[in-house]
Amino acid sequence: MIRLTEEAFDPGAELNRFCAARTRTGAVASFVGIARGEGGAATVLELDAYPGFTEGEIGRLAGEAVRRFGLDDVAVVHRVGRISTGEAIVLVLTASAHRRGAFEACDFLMDHLKSQAPLWKKEHGPAGAEWVEPAASDLADLGRWQSGAIR
Amino acid sequence: MVKVLLFGRLGDQAGWRERDFDPSPATLSILKALITAEDGPLGAALGGAGVQAAVDRNIVRGDVALTATAEVAFLPPMSGG
Repeated sequence: MIRLTEEAFDPGAELNRFCAARTRTGAVASFVGIARGEGGAATVLELDAYPGFTEGEIGRLAGEAVRRFGLDDVAVVHRVGRISTGEAIVLVLTASAHRRGAFEACDFLMDHLKSQAPLWKKEHGPAGAEWVEPAASDLADLGRWQSGAIR
Repeated sequence: MVKVLLFGRLGDQAGWRERDFDPSPATLSILKALITAEDGPLGAALGGAGVQAAVDRNIVRGDVALTATAEVAFLPPMSGG
């Protein structure tokens, strides 16, 4: 399940729904990304998406994770629009028979979402607004999966 | 009529995020030349590092033909999560 939302969402409620009524699954891993207050400064994030295309590309990345790690299921909820400090930006849930696949798939999906999901992030801070592009560390994280260093 | 969409910093730079080009340019390179002719810095940014183009919601590489109703999107480096 891939969902973009302009409204704040409750990661706990999403997790409970995801875990309910499973028979094969033995492990669910979750990741919640939260809008960080940089140095205590009041910031607002703005996420620009390409409706239709963005969900499709996130779905493609999720499908890769399902195949690579043999997942039972996956869900991604991603905020778009304006997001305040402390609010959840992204939730990734992965369900697998055993924990290793669930953990690794969650890690894999976040590394790919950070630099390959069609979303554009603008930070509005005290010094003005600035578009954020993937950091060198984000690209290095992505490289972990491409070099075959893990699996 | 080709619809052009700009995302992220490209929209801020151009001062527009969506525009129709009529008559329809026949190829992506002709479209880029039209944009460059009226806004040189924007044209340069569209060819800049990490900027991808999507035609009808598929990422394309190099030049491609455009149908008369194509939707062309220019996508700067992505930053989700």
